[in-house]
Amino acid sequence: MMTIFGIPTAALFGQLLVGLINGSFYALLSLGLAVIFGLLRVINFAHGAQYMAGAFAALLLLTQTGIGYWPALILAPLIVGLGGALIERTMLSRLYKLDPLYGLLFTFGLALTLEGTFRWFFGTSGQPYAPPAALTGAVNLGFMFLPVYRGWVVVASLAVCLGVWLLIEKTKLGAYLRAATENPVLVQSFGVNVPLLLTFTYGLGAALAGFAGVLAAPVYQVSPLMGSNLIIVVFAVVVVGGMGSILGAIVTGYLLGIAEGLTKVFYPEASNIVIFVIMAIVLILRPAGLFGKDA
Amino acid sequence: MRKALLSAVSLAALAAPAAAQGSDDLVKVGILNDQSGGYADFGGKYSYEAALMAVEDYGGSVLGKKVEVVTADHQNKADIASNIARQWYDTEQVDAIMELTTSSVALAVQALSQEKKKITITTGAATTELTGKQCSPYGFHWAYDTHALAIGTGGALVEQGGDSWYFLTADYAFGYSLEENTGAVVKEKGGQVLGAVRHPLSTTDFSSFLLQAQASGAKVIGLANAGLDTQNAIKQAGEFGIVQGGQRLAALLFTLAEVHGLGVESAQGLTLTESFYWNRNEESAEFGKRFMERTGAMPNMIHAGTYSAVLSYLKAVEAAGSDETEAVSAKLHELPVEDVFAKGGKVAPNGRMISDVYLLEVKKPGESDVPWDYYNVLATIPGDQAYLDPAQSGCPLVTN
Repeated sequence: MMTIFGIPTAALFGQLLVGLINGSFYALLSLGLAVIFGLLRVINFAHGAQYMAGAFAALLLLTQTGIGYWPALILAPLIVGLGGALIERTMLSRLYKLDPLYGLLFTFGLALTLEGTFRWFFGTSGQPYAPPAALTGAVNLGFMFLPVYRGWVVVASLAVCLGVWLLIEKTKLGAYLRAATENPVLVQSFGVNVPLLLTFTYGLGAALAGFAGVLAAPVYQVSPLMGSNLIIVVFAVVVVGGMGSILGAIVTGYLLGIAEGLTKVFYPEASNIVIFVIMAIVLILRPAGLFGKDA
Repeated sequence: MRKALLSAVSLAALAAPAAAQGSDDLVKVGILNDQSGGYADFGGKYSYEAALMAVEDYGGSVLGKKVEVVTADHQNKADIASNIARQWYDTEQVDAIMELTTSSVALAVQALSQEKKKITITTGAATTELTGKQCSPYGFHWAYDTHALAIGTGGALVEQGGDSWYFLTADYAFGYSLEENTGAVVKEKGGQVLGAVRHPLSTTDFSSFLLQAQASGAKVIGLANAGLDTQNAIKQAGEFGIVQGGQRLAALLFTLAEVHGLGVESAQGLTLTESFYWNRNEESAEFGKRFMERTGAMPNMIHAGTYSAVLSYLKAVEAAGSDETEAVSAKLHELPVEDVFAKGGKVAPNGRMISDVYLLEVKKPGESDVPWDYYNVLATIPGDQAYLDPAQSGCPLVTN
């Protein structure tokens, strides 16, 4: 058997693929954070809770109304996105003029409230959510056993990441959004409804988190704690990628997923800190992050 | 951010003035456990309800004194738990602290209580250290420990032909202890341990670790972790076709609460060890139903164990004629434990309560129509075989 650094190549390829799958979740979540931070300058601490809410929305759609996975993939993000828009409109929008710390504290409080509420109703051991019948089973790739659902996660998240990037960088709506962050007063004077744009942006970010939540539901236990276990890593991804850089968030998400996967082969105990070690190194060498514009 | 808030809370707890202690006409029991983290269903508010049930069943008072139960969330942090315990003892006249999920917390609070000369009865933590080198004359350990789990699940699977093992171990004291104990049982029975991989606590994705376990070719993959970690590992093992591939999963610490959360679809066929199962006989089923009416869930061994611990404590206070620590401890060591949880249970000199444990298997979907009826009882393991011989525990209190 071929080996690299004493690790069989088959195992290495397997871990690279697993890293890519995890990277998909990181990319999708950090993308939402980056969109919100880039356009609203709000550090959205409620992102993990919104991800969890997406998974629960899918679960409740299934158990309460019998709506399955495929419709939930559209409906759950819509629900979470609308919830996000409502919160932005009624509460968060009042904080834009204040120090960014207020937005951070508000979303942090929101995350605790959401998690606490779900914990009250569902406990912490969570609930199972079965993958759709079309995506069950696995394919033997020779070097590893790839569950079909995991393959789907990579495809779906790549497609959504690309879609959001195109929306913001290449469309008229995206141009308005970017202009509104550069100079809201000027854009407003052209007759564009800036507050509405901001509400849409926060809703979009929340919907992305909700989408990741639905994708994650069949893989992980649907539990009120699922978001808080992930959110810190996702923040690190955004910092490494460069706060607010959309392309940076996507690329870094995948890269760090792979770095983490490789660490799990060579030294598993370090797998949950490797991302933070990389973050520290990047902050020393390039304080604005790998893709940050202020460097 | 969370850290900052927590330390503020801890500081506030530290700054609370220590009031003078005096005799009171209350007997107060504190239930200290995880009520918001990954073990909140494993023990949590359900253990508090179990304690309340014990007090009510006992009549609400002992020696003419009213019995009160207080509870708090230690968030699985030993420093927070110690601060709460200190405050309970110093200003709130708490007489005994029980439950204490998470080994690090249980060890810290047991040591503090020994210093303060107060009784602890641990039901939620697993480490054998509590009744080993770090044992205390006022510290008791009910319900289960890593040794009993290892003998139960480890021993049974080797006997069924699962003679090569690979461990997925949580990277902290509890995981190591469980891996070491189980590995020893496997080797003693003639099996071999092929290797182990350590994963950080609260890992969400186990695929890398599962692939390594799969590649090892071991017949049994031992999950030396707990709570959500075990649930996620089992669920993801299904995705990677580990069980279809002929390998067996052994959840070394898994209770009814987690089986319920995971669902029988994913948990079916799993072998595990608990010291209580509600649907084992009429008495336990009756207790289970009463518990269900209050909490909406059936009790696992932690909850039933907490019920037994509180009840035994009250009986000991009654027999001692006082709630003074020295006298109550002596009675706890002396009296047999007879209740819905344990039959003919006895407390060893190292504080270990010895009673039967059960080897259980999770039923297949459709095998039972009764809600929460998840287990087949495969074997009853007598307490003397399940728990470590007190003379070999390393506890300095044991003289022979």
